[in-house]
Amino acid sequence: MPSIVKPIASHPSLLRNQLGLTIRDYEGSMSTLCAGCGHDSITAAITRAFHELSTPPEMIAKMSGIGCSSKTPTYFVSGAHGFNSAHGRMPAIATGAAAANRSLVFIGVSGDGDSLSIGIGHLAHAIRRNPKMLYVIENNGVYGLTKGQFSASADLGSKPKKGDPNRMQPIDPVLLALSLGATFVARSFSGDKEQLVPILKAGLAHKGMALVDVISPCVTFNDHEGSTKSYLHTRQNTMRVTEMDFVPPEQEILAQISAEGKTAVTMHDGSVVYFTSLPQGYDPTNRQGVYNYILERQGKGEIPTGLLYVNGDSAELHELNATPDEPLVSVPYEKLTPGAAALSKLMESFR
Amino acid sequence: MHHSTRVNDFALKLANVNGTGSASANGLLMTAIFRMGIPVCGKNLFPSNIQGLPTWYEIRVSGDGYQARALDYDLIVAMNSQTYARDVKEVRSGGYLLYDSTWPLDPGLNREDVTFLGVPLAQMCNDNFGNPRERILMKNIACAGTLCALLDIDMKVVEALLLEKYGAKPAMIESNRKALMMGYEFAKENLACPLPFRLETMRENDDKVLIDGNTATALGCLYAGATVAAWYPITPATSVMDAFTKFCAKYRKDKESGRNNFCILQAEDELAAIGMVIGASWAGARSFTSTAGPGISLMNELLGLAYYAEIPAVVIDVQRVGPSTGMPTRTQQGDLLECAYASHGDTKHILLFPANPNECFHFAAKSFDLAEKFQTPVLMLSDLDIGMNDWVTPRLTWDDSYKPDRGKVLSREELAGMAKYFRYSPPDEDFVPPRTVPGVHAKGAFFTRGSGHNKLGVYTEVPDEYQEVVDRLLQKHKAAAKYVPAPVIERREDAKFGIVSIGGCDNAVREALDRLAERGIAADYMRLRGFPFDTAVDEFLMRHPYSFVVEQNRDAQLKSLLTLETAVPKEKMVSLLYYGGFPLSAKNVVDGVSKHLQEVL
Repeated sequence: MPSIVKPIASHPSLLRNQLGLTIRDYEGSMSTLCAGCGHDSITAAITRAFHELSTPPEMIAKMSGIGCSSKTPTYFVSGAHGFNSAHGRMPAIATGAAAANRSLVFIGVSGDGDSLSIGIGHLAHAIRRNPKMLYVIENNGVYGLTKGQFSASADLGSKPKKGDPNRMQPIDPVLLALSLGATFVARSFSGDKEQLVPILKAGLAHKGMALVDVISPCVTFNDHEGSTKSYLHTRQNTMRVTEMDFVPPEQEILAQISAEGKTAVTMHDGSVVYFTSLPQGYDPTNRQGVYNYILERQGKGEIPTGLLYVNGDSAELHELNATPDEPLVSVPYEKLTPGAAALSKLMESFR
Repeated sequence: MHHSTRVNDFALKLANVNGTGSASANGLLMTAIFRMGIPVCGKNLFPSNIQGLPTWYEIRVSGDGYQARALDYDLIVAMNSQTYARDVKEVRSGGYLLYDSTWPLDPGLNREDVTFLGVPLAQMCNDNFGNPRERILMKNIACAGTLCALLDIDMKVVEALLLEKYGAKPAMIESNRKALMMGYEFAKENLACPLPFRLETMRENDDKVLIDGNTATALGCLYAGATVAAWYPITPATSVMDAFTKFCAKYRKDKESGRNNFCILQAEDELAAIGMVIGASWAGARSFTSTAGPGISLMNELLGLAYYAEIPAVVIDVQRVGPSTGMPTRTQQGDLLECAYASHGDTKHILLFPANPNECFHFAAKSFDLAEKFQTPVLMLSDLDIGMNDWVTPRLTWDDSYKPDRGKVLSREELAGMAKYFRYSPPDEDFVPPRTVPGVHAKGAFFTRGSGHNKLGVYTEVPDEYQEVVDRLLQKHKAAAKYVPAPVIERREDAKFGIVSIGGCDNAVREALDRLAERGIAADYMRLRGFPFDTAVDEFLMRHPYSFVVEQNRDAQLKSLLTLETAVPKEKMVSLLYYGGFPLSAKNVVDGVSKHLQEVL
C-alpha cells in the first residue's frame, strides 16, 4: 500500500506516558485513504489507546488482511511489527503468531469484506480459539478499493451510489460473534472517539479475542442519502447502550472509590471496566440477554453501541492449549529435542 | 517337504472386508515375519471407507530385500465374497487360494492351475465363540493361525506378539490364542503344511525397525524443534499429525511446569492451517503443516505470500491420487508441478522428495533448516505408499550435536548495534537478507507485506524496484540447489541409458535395474531428492543418450520439471508412467523399458 512518511514533530508540552513516549511515538505514516474516511479516525483512536496504555511499540504486532481497513496498520505505531497479509486470512495468521509468541500485543485490523465475506470462516474459528488479541472491524458496508460493491454487512434496503438497493440479509459481526461465544464484543462509531478509545483499551487488556465492530463511513462510495452506513444515518441512529471507563491496574484503588455502585468487570491483568451507565436490567455479562437486547433494538432501526458483552475470565488460546507462560519462541531447543538416546529407546517399540 | 520349495521369497495377498478386524490380523502376520528376521514388505490397499468395503493387504517376503510391490501372488486369502471372482483370477498359475469353506464355492470360479485350500473359518468361530462381534473378528485371527502353519511362521514369535499387544487384557489374549490355534491345528491336520514356499528365520532385521513414513516424518518435525503445528484432517496425511501429537505428549511436556512445549492447532481448513504456520514462523517459531494434494491446492494463495514476503514455512505433502477428490486412499506423485510453482505470479519453491521412512525423518528435519536458511516455504513430498505403509527400514538415529540452522535472524545485540535495519537488504552470498522476529528489539520492527515492495521493504509500484526483489528471489531459489539433498546416482558398467526416478518409485526401480541387468540390459540410475536441481542432474541426463523418467502421474510432471528447470533437451527423456493408484512394481518398470527397447530396435 502506498504511504507517505510523516515528519515527527514533537512538541515539548505533549503528554508523556509511562515509557516517556508521546502520542507522536505511536503514530505511523501519513494515511493515503480518502479525506474524511472513517478509518482515519479509528487509526487516531488506536494510536491514543496504545499511548495511554504505555505499550512498548516493538511489542505490538499489527496484523491485517487486504482492503482499505487493512492498509491502516501502516498509519499507526511505526515502531511496531506489522503484517499486511492476504485477503481474509489475518485471523489465521494472527492465531499462529499468537501461538508462537504470547508476549506480543496483537491488534488485528480488518474490514467487512475481509472479515464477513472472504475471511468469515477464519474469523469464526479465531473466535472459537480465542487468541489474546484486539480485533477491529472497520465496517463501512462496501468494498472501497474495487469501487463500491456492497459487502456482506450492507443493510436491507441500503442504497448504493448506482443501482438497486440491497435485498440480502446483512451479516452483523456483533450478533455473529455473540452467537459464536466471543468473550468481548463491542460496537462503536468512528466518529465517537470518546466511546471508542476506552473500548479499545479494554479490548487490549482482555484475556482472549476482543471483537470491536466500528461503523466507519466510506466517504467516497457509501456516504450518500439512502445509505445505512453514512455519517448522517449512523449519527442519527446510533444509541450508546453502555457507557464505560477503562481503568488500568495501577489506578484501580482510586477508581474503585469513585465507581461505587457501578457494574465492574475485572480483567485478568487487574484492570477494571466500569460501566457507568447501563439500561435498566442490562447485564453486559449475560450473553443471551445482550443478544436479545441488540436484536430488539436493531429491529427498531437503532444501532446499539458500546462495550456490549464481556466475559472477563474466558479461557484464551494458551490456556486451551496448556502452553507455558513463557512464549514458545523462547523455549530453548534443548528442551524441545528428546535426544538421541530417547530415539534409540523409542525405536524398540517399532520392532 | 516339496522338492521345489522356495524359502523367504513369495507374495501373498489377503482380501478382506474393512472394519472386520483384518488390519489387526494382517499386522500380526507382518510383524511376526519381521521378527523372524526376514525382509518383508506390507502394503495396505484400502478403500476410502470405514466399514464394509473391500480391502486388501499384500505381504511380500524377499530374502534379497526387495521392498516393491510384487504382482505375482503365490497365495491369495479370499475372505471377501464381494471380490472373490477378482481375487481368484489374480493367483499366479500354480499358486494357492485359501478360502472359507463354511459356504460352498461357486464352481464356475474354479481354476485348474490353482490349488484351493478350504478352511471352515466361520464355522469354527461360530462353534467356539458366543459373542457375534467376536465371531467376526476371530475369523481373521483363525485365518492367521492357518497361515502360520502353511508358511512356517514361528508360533513362539506370534505368541509373544499377542502377549505384548493384549498384555493388559487376559480375555483378549485367551480368545486370540484360541482362534489362532484353531486355524493352526486345522491346517496341520487337513492341509499339506508347509506350502512349497515358506519362511525360515534370518538375521536381516537386527538393526531394522518396522515404521511408516508418516510416523517418521512426525519424528523429524519433533527433533527439528517444531513448536507450532497447524493442520486440517486429510487422508493420507492425518497420521503425521496424529503421530506428532502423540510424540509431543510423550516428549514435550515441560518437566517443571507440566505445560506443553508445543501448540497443535486443528484449523478450520488448509487456508487457515498454512496461515497459522506462516504467522508462527513470522513470529519466530519452527512451524509446519501436513496435508495432501487438495490441501496444497488451498494453500497456494498463502504459499505465494510466504515466498514473496520471505517467511519460512514447512509443508508436508503426503500425495494421494488426484485430480479433485480423486482416490484419497490410493497413491500417486501428482503434486510435483503444483508444489514446485504453487501460487499465482512467479513463484518457485524448495521441494524435498523422500523415498522411505528414514528419509522422511531426516528430510522433515532438514526442511526446517532449509526453510529458515532460505526464509521461504519448503515442501516435502511424500506419498501414501511411503507414508501409511509399514516399512522395514534401518533404525532412525539422531545426532545430538545437531543445532537448528535458524538462518540469518538478527539478535537483540546485532540490532542494537545497527544504525538502521532494512528487511530485504543486504542479501548474503546465497541472496538471503537478514530477518528479524517481533519483540526482540525496537530497531528490528518492519512492515511485512505481500504487496509490491522494494529492497528496503517499502511499498513500491516502481518497475525496477519490484524487479530487483523478484530477481533476487530467483537467485535465492537457484542457490538452494546445493543445499537440498543431492541426487542418489548409481552407475553400472556398460550402461546404455539412464533411469531417473523420484520418491516412492525407488524400490521398484532398483529391483527393475537388477531384473534388467539379469537380461544383460545395464542402466545407470539417478534418484532425485530435491528441487531446485543441482548441476549433477544436468550432467547425468547429458551423459546418457537418453534416460527413462519413471514417475507416478499421467502428465510426466517430473519430466516436465526437468525440461523446464535444466538445459537438457526433452528428447533425451522417455517417460515411463504409472498412475492407477497402487504402488509401482518392478514389473511395471521392466515392461515399460522392454517395450521401448523393442520399439526403437
